Amino acid sequence: MMAFLTLLARNRLAAFGAIVLALLLLLVLITPWLPLLDPDVTQPANRLRPPFSPDHLLGTDALGRDILSRLLWGTRISLAVGIAASLVAALVGSLIGIVAGYFGGRTDNLMMRGIDMLMAFPYILLALAIVAVLGPGLMNALYAIAIVNIPFFARNIRGVTVGIAHREFIDAARLSGKGNLRILTSELLPNVLPVIVITMSTTVGWMILETAGLSFLGLGAQPPQADLGSMLGEGRKMMLNAPHVAMLPGLVIFILVMSINLLGDGIRDALDPRLKSGALSRPAPITRIRRQPGHADSQDGPDDNALLTVDELHTDFEVGEQTYRAVNGVSFAIRPNECLGLVGESGSGKSVTALSLLGLVASPPGVITRGRVSLAKRDLLGLSAGQLRKIRGKDVAYVFQDPLSTLHPLIRVGDQLIEAIQLHQPLSKVEARKLAVELLGQVRIPNPAQRADQYPHELSGGMRQRVGIAMALANDPQLIIADEPTTALDVTVQAQILALIQNLRDTQGTAVLFITHDFGVVSQVCDRVAVMYAGRIVEIGSTAEILDTPRHPYTRRLIDCVPRLGEPDNEPAAIPGLPPAANALPEGCAFADRCDLVEPACRRGDIELIATDADRRVRCIKPLGIADPTTQGVTT
Amino acid sequence: MKPPLLEIRGLTRTFGGGRRWFGPDRPGVQAVQGIDMDVARGDTLGIVGESGCGKSTLARMLVGLDTPTAGTIHYRGEDLQNLRRLDRHALSRRIQYVFQDPLSSLNPRKRIREILAAPLRHLRGLEDRELDTRLGELMEVVNLRPEFISRYPHEFSGGQAQRIGIARALAAEPEVLVLDEPVSALDVSIQAQVLKLLRRLKDEFDLTYLFISHDLSVVETISDRIAVMYFGRVIEQAPSRQLFRSPAHPYTRLLLGSAPIPGGPPIQAESGDAELPDPLAPPPGCAFAPRCPRARDDCRESVPPLAPLADRHDQLAACRYPVEGPWRRRATQAVAEGRE
Amino acid sequence: MLRYALRRLLMILPVLLGLSLIVFAIMSLIPGDPARAILGSYATPENLAELRADLGLDLPAPQQYLVWLGNILQGDLGRSYSLNRPVLDEVLERFGATLILAGTALVICIVVGVAAGIVSAVRQYGWSDRIITLLVLVGISVPAFWLGMLMILAFAVELRWFPASGMTAVYGGGGVLDILHHLVLPALALAVVAAGVIARLTRSNMLEVMRQDYIRTARAKGLGEGRVVMRHAFKVALVNLIPVIGVQAGFVIGGAVYIETVFQWPGIGRMLVNAISTRDLLLVQGGVLVVAASYVLFNLFADLLQHWLDPRIRA
Repeated sequence: MMAFLTLLARNRLAAFGAIVLALLLLLVLITPWLPLLDPDVTQPANRLRPPFSPDHLLGTDALGRDILSRLLWGTRISLAVGIAASLVAALVGSLIGIVAGYFGGRTDNLMMRGIDMLMAFPYILLALAIVAVLGPGLMNALYAIAIVNIPFFARNIRGVTVGIAHREFIDAARLSGKGNLRILTSELLPNVLPVIVITMSTTVGWMILETAGLSFLGLGAQPPQADLGSMLGEGRKMMLNAPHVAMLPGLVIFILVMSINLLGDGIRDALDPRLKSGALSRPAPITRIRRQPGHADSQDGPDDNALLTVDELHTDFEVGEQTYRAVNGVSFAIRPNECLGLVGESGSGKSVTALSLLGLVASPPGVITRGRVSLAKRDLLGLSAGQLRKIRGKDVAYVFQDPLSTLHPLIRVGDQLIEAIQLHQPLSKVEARKLAVELLGQVRIPNPAQRADQYPHELSGGMRQRVGIAMALANDPQLIIADEPTTALDVTVQAQILALIQNLRDTQGTAVLFITHDFGVVSQVCDRVAVMYAGRIVEIGSTAEILDTPRHPYTRRLIDCVPRLGEPDNEPAAIPGLPPAANALPEGCAFADRCDLVEPACRRGDIELIATDADRRVRCIKPLGIADPTTQGVTT
Repeated sequence: MKPPLLEIRGLTRTFGGGRRWFGPDRPGVQAVQGIDMDVARGDTLGIVGESGCGKSTLARMLVGLDTPTAGTIHYRGEDLQNLRRLDRHALSRRIQYVFQDPLSSLNPRKRIREILAAPLRHLRGLEDRELDTRLGELMEVVNLRPEFISRYPHEFSGGQAQRIGIARALAAEPEVLVLDEPVSALDVSIQAQVLKLLRRLKDEFDLTYLFISHDLSVVETISDRIAVMYFGRVIEQAPSRQLFRSPAHPYTRLLLGSAPIPGGPPIQAESGDAELPDPLAPPPGCAFAPRCPRARDDCRESVPPLAPLADRHDQLAACRYPVEGPWRRRATQAVAEGRE
Repeated sequence: MLRYALRRLLMILPVLLGLSLIVFAIMSLIPGDPARAILGSYATPENLAELRADLGLDLPAPQQYLVWLGNILQGDLGRSYSLNRPVLDEVLERFGATLILAGTALVICIVVGVAAGIVSAVRQYGWSDRIITLLVLVGISVPAFWLGMLMILAFAVELRWFPASGMTAVYGGGGVLDILHHLVLPALALAVVAAGVIARLTRSNMLEVMRQDYIRTARAKGLGEGRVVMRHAFKVALVNLIPVIGVQAGFVIGGAVYIETVFQWPGIGRMLVNAISTRDLLLVQGGVLVVAASYVLFNLFADLLQHWLDPRIRA
């Protein structure tokens, strides 16, 4: 609750709205005790006085009634009616929405068809019809406005309820012995309530406008009773000779509704968790790069044979006051036609590393703070957005994890391929299409010409990933970065995709950076492997050697906790504890707290990657199987 | 052999289907088709299959979250649907469920105390002091610090949340736990922790497990018997070791051959497209026949029944031409795609 | 597609039927003698008896409904006593004027709203975004009828750029240019609110879409930002916006009631307001039925458009 209030207060516009609204509320609450003239006493002698007349601060209307007094009393009525109408609409509408959404089936169908019927009337028209039957009057206007807003609540709340009713915790509650009524009130309602509040706070203003509208047409408040709308309506008749009579109530409505809407938006933002996580901000075309000068130069000469060299890469996520060090000094090189595996558990920074290479980390919140990424000696992180675009998809291409969410849902797969081809090759549409179909055939999609005309949702998961790979191959890249390309797939399909990648490496000579969490997959396709933990590489070397004789205790334990098919007696050994949080990394070795070989020196200073064997490096002061690392290795 | 605790006969679940106001009638999807299965007390039955094979639907029917379209489930000779009708809570006191996604199975707006207290209150009738004592025991049983009980779910890691999910299931003091991919959402290092816990709990509370997973190696480490599902049916069932030693159904062999093992021999990949049949228009014969290298004409005509093998009576396979002999991955063949 | 369109067309029949049922039910809720309510207190007994027979009021309710429905299907919406002419004639005449006004306003609010929403999303947190956000807030908070009056005072009375009221000039008017000249102010006043809502939803939709994985894929291909926004992001946002535009059309038609009153536009909204104050219930009923039915058709069109643009729901 406190967090909610601070969040609301931080939003300056919302705070402004809250203050204005509070002032208005205060004013109308104390109106009966203010030294005002009676709003309904007519003084024909004093009619149509302009504002700032003596005795009448805001002037008088056509019957000589004091406008200031009428405005305050009118605001009281407008506010009360607006709030009452939205309460009624919210209560009835939410009830319908929750019941329909939770029970589903026939109940849902019946209720929502009824709601659809109501929605078939253009909004105010239904209110007019209701008032026509009930007769003009403030209460009737209130009913009418409430009724026409019920469908709005019912639909909104039903949508949210359906989403929640299918969540597993509802099933869990049922299995805990809770009945429908208990589940509705104690499990569902707390989760739906914020949405009801949001919907209400964003519709109160609207309902005040609508009741004012009905009164303006003479269908709401009847004389002598007056709300802001009916004052405006009366004032319209003398709009030309005494504009203030109509303009003032309009202005009050405007200020009232505006302050409510400002506050409503603030409430919505404060209750919506997506805003906090930055999920509503637009990612920039390339990741923000904020490298300090001096750090960009590499200390030791990069591998001359390397296709891509990554040197001391740092990528942070800046969320609010917190800085999460997702990638914390990663260095590696990939040679032509090599497949390097980047292995780690979730949160180890492997995917962020992969996305950082071509500036594809979403910013905000991502920032690259240090390091170099060199492709053929060119620093990619120093390029402009335009220059980087020429490399994306041409020299370096990506294959992403979930092929359903990474392909555009509304564009035929063939057209997505053609787009990729035409971006980097001067081909006509016909030629590009021919090439696209060829590519689909190359990734072994049966009937490629027909498949090209299909949409992603019409293909199976495996087929979609083949399309993803075909798209990566479109411009003969030197390097493919595959970010967990088989994780979302079934094991038999995974086998096919792995075989395809292997085959393409053999025939095309493409280098691959293969990101995965699965040592089994690594051992199938990777020549070398880098193991990541807490944003850093803790060990890098040839796949066979690392699997055979891991030097870093983490690598060893990670391999040991994977159950091996065909060895049921080999019980996997768990690693105790959890990885450190990326916004609170410890000094020294990040694995120290979980390591059974830890000693005080592990928690001091920066532990470097040291070379232990030929082509093998480990970030540990006591690598496994080596008596004294200082005599064998050379620190880098 | 121990007497079966659960007897499943002809279990079928069809989704959708029905008439439309306009246009042709909708065909139904048979998620689970005529499953027969026995689970002995104290056993761990592993159920393996890829996505869409019906394993989760089967699990949900066992705990009463879904109702079979046809077929029966008997628990100690009692019909489960009858049991449910007589007493909504009776079933939940005997069979409990552990969900795949630990975080989404915990209500984000409830403290752990309220989540764990619900089954104690509604299924076991505990209140006040007794309830508090039990809550403390439960936290201890799943290795969670007692002060965690007043926290909200989002303050926990995946592994801790899954332990809370397990504690919630145990609170009902069931005899059977249905575990639906309980470790799939977890990192490997955490997976091992949870598997170890599950093994310990089984001995401690004398539980019977139905362990559902797509991951063969996980199922192998924990199961006594394994049932392999494909397209809504059990296509092979055998004691765990025997299944891995000599799988008889070609699909089982394909699954085993596809799973990558760290440092292990290369995996084998099918050459054709590995797509499942259209569930709205299932083939008349064996659903695997289109992908099967051994399929003959009669495989495509009618569904082969799940039957004991001629030479191994405790191994059942739904295949007319089961593969004989021990299984070993050909270590020599590199990962390469077969030609069409 | 064609089969879907036909099926949807068939499916609006029950909706239209339900619509008529609601209108009939509302009208039969009128307390007392409907014939007297319709004809007013000065009606002669002969007139009353005639109307009762006409409406079949001596019959039981379901039969009454059938008689009423049968009359409507034959185009007989009854006779307006206040205007003394057939309801259908009056309604159709007025409806044309409303279509001109509401249609123009709808086009304005879609174009302006979508464009502002895209600019706002692309320049998120920049100056143009802030200005648009503020304008949107003003737009959705301002009472349309008040805004209309302000516009009359400013552009008609003070500046004399546009006429203050009516659809055509009193003398020698009626040409297309004349109508356009009269249309500017009311159409703008009517478009403001809906434009605000559409701009706001376009912005949030675009921002949501820009976060999706397939946008990252498009960038990874090397696509320029302009194409990413317009071809990849907007395409999805548009599909999500179509139902919103359908709902907004309802608001625009509803808002026309106020704007027509303020600008003396001879549309169906003003007719309804007048009919309500004179208690000409048959006219109210006819007006509501015709507008609601055409709104149902408009939403059918929006639905078909969305269906055509989104292959995922073409099942």
